[in-house]
Amino acid sequence: MALMTIAEALREGIREEMRRDPTVFCLGEDIGVPGGFGGAFTVTLGLSDEFGHNRILDTPISEIGIAGVAIGAAMTGMRPIADVQYGDFLFCMMDQLANQAAKMTYMSGGTVKVPLVMRAPVGSTRRGSQHAQSLEAFFTHIPGLKVLAPSTAYDAKGLLKSAIRDENPVLIFEHKLLYGSKGGRSEKGALSPIGEVPDEDYTVPIGKGAIRRVGKDVTIVGKLLTVYRALEAAEELAKEGIEAEVIDPRTLIPLDKELILESVRKTGRLVVVEEDNLTHGWGAEIAAIVAEEAFFYLDAPIKRVASLDTPPPFAPPMEAYYLPSVERVIAAVKSQF
Amino acid sequence: MTIASLNNATQVELLTLYREMLLIRRFEEQCNALFLQGKIPSTLHLYIGQEAVAVGVCAALRPDDYVLGTHRPHGHALAKGVTSRSIMAELFGKVTGCCKAKGGSMHVGDMSVGMFPAIAIVGANAPIATGAALSAKMRGSGQVVVAFFGEGGANEGAVHEAMNMAAIWKLPVLFVCENNLYGASTPVSQIVAVENVADRAVAYGMPGVIVDGNDVLAVRDVTRTAVERARAGEGPSLIECKTYRLCGHSRSDACNYRTREEEAEWRDKDPLLRIRKLLTEETGLATLSDLEQVEAEVEAILTDAIQFADESPEPAPEDALLHVFWEDK
Ligand SMILES: Cc1ncc(C[n+]2csc(CCOP(=O)(O)OP(=O)(O)O)c2C)c(N)n1
Ligand SMILES: [Mg+2]
Repeated sequence: MALMTIAEALREGIREEMRRDPTVFCLGEDIGVPGGFGGAFTVTLGLSDEFGHNRILDTPISEIGIAGVAIGAAMTGMRPIADVQYGDFLFCMMDQLANQAAKMTYMSGGTVKVPLVMRAPVGSTRRGSQHAQSLEAFFTHIPGLKVLAPSTAYDAKGLLKSAIRDENPVLIFEHKLLYGSKGGRSEKGALSPIGEVPDEDYTVPIGKGAIRRVGKDVTIVGKLLTVYRALEAAEELAKEGIEAEVIDPRTLIPLDKELILESVRKTGRLVVVEEDNLTHGWGAEIAAIVAEEAFFYLDAPIKRVASLDTPPPFAPPMEAYYLPSVERVIAAVKSQF
Repeated sequence: MTIASLNNATQVELLTLYREMLLIRRFEEQCNALFLQGKIPSTLHLYIGQEAVAVGVCAALRPDDYVLGTHRPHGHALAKGVTSRSIMAELFGKVTGCCKAKGGSMHVGDMSVGMFPAIAIVGANAPIATGAALSAKMRGSGQVVVAFFGEGGANEGAVHEAMNMAAIWKLPVLFVCENNLYGASTPVSQIVAVENVADRAVAYGMPGVIVDGNDVLAVRDVTRTAVERARAGEGPSLIECKTYRLCGHSRSDACNYRTREEEAEWRDKDPLLRIRKLLTEETGLATLSDLEQVEAEVEAILTDAIQFADESPEPAPEDALLHVFWEDK
């Protein structure tokens, strides 16, 4: 066992998989340049020392190319891990992800596989509108992609390993305030959860959620950073006698529906907390699933807590207002009683 | 027998090229008829007039090399060795199709013969080809990858990114631009400021070659040179094949954006007329009865393919649920 940040856990996961399987390689911008950053959030820092620059492959600033190259390599026997510096740039490569990677197995009648991993940092961190978005809902809406959202170091490494070994395109969303990146790449306001990570090989199965806090009065579902916002809210609510159960689905596609439904059947209340903006979002989908499949267990209307329907603003007071705060989570829960 | 003016092509080789080109021509003509009869439910982008490109390029490839086609892929697939049966069945929407009826006309392919499922987002196949070439280099397989695209597709950002990445990493990939003068209805003069698409190669640091795309031997020979370069680790090439689509862009196209005179000029340059003339009048390598024999072989292949497609079962509606994700067999 070692104590690690998420960035460190991801790095060790990549290292172990690259040692285990010579077809695994990384590509992306600024991931291995000597004297560089090791990726925007230090995840690949130092890996080129061990694996060289052919397997930690620095690319031009060409997001369509990065995605397309990963797809072509994946279809012909390699297992690429592509790194997009900021999740927002996924829009630049949208065709490759949505039309190519996601549909190749289907269009080929199941004769072709695309075992690629795309890692994308999300979350609003005082960089304005174009380096801040939470894009999960765009990609959970595309059949053919698996979508992961690890919030702990243990899950980050275990899910990354599962993703690398998976035969399908897997998108991993990572939150900038959870990485625990150090030095010049550290983030203001970061939570940087440090967690125990086993030394031996392990994986976290894709499609299994986790209960982060047990409670009987209300179910709060969060992902990435909002898991921690939910946990903070739960501690506050406990002081007033409300015991919240906090669920972290960990993988968004496929979704561990049963874990959420089971919890709601027990608590009778659901609050979904996410950093994506509200309208047509991921939270709406979770709410719809519960409304369709556990309606008669509900004691109160479902509540969604999300970012506002604006682009992410820059100035700290506006950004704080825009984001789903602990206070808004508490207010949503209280409105159900 | 070999004749110097044929760049050492033998009678057997030439007849093989002719057979492949004729197969594509007749396949496409049959598709058109079958579409009109309601047997083929999809739209079709036919390859009539461009046969020398796919056949010439693929003649310079190894069986394990990769080809990535476009929205007009029947010719690419046939030339790379996908069977007429499996393509025809795919067009009919039958389970015996090369993509089990999930792909249709614009996505035909068969990785077992090196033909990627064709990609109908114009230009999007280029970066994937670069990726396959990176993979070939990393695996040390010696494979070469070909991405076909039109002069229309050449203007996609994806193609630019793909060529640059292929060039900086010296990857074994050929970018083959089929310049048929039109992208749907738009003439090339409206959308390309340089005279030749191949002129752009210099900007990527790779050779740019222009070839008569209706001359199958010329296409084969420039491809061979580019393939040798690629296999030797010297990097990618851009090959521009000047050609013409002797049919409409898709199923309903009266071609009112071009003149009948221009069409007539290009009909005289029909690549099939050309190779027939080469085989008979110009070299005497084949007699008319040799050609008739090839024609009979092609007709037999197509009759069989159509019957196969016609008699094959349709998928069950709920087969739509299969293959969203990879399923281990
Ligand atoms: C990204 C994209 N934009 C537009 C289209 C619609 N479209 C299909 S074929 C075509 C023309 C393509 O021209 P060109 O690349 O020259 O190929 P050609 O049809 O001449 O073979 C267009 C505009 C498409 N399929 N993909
Ligand atoms: Mg064209």
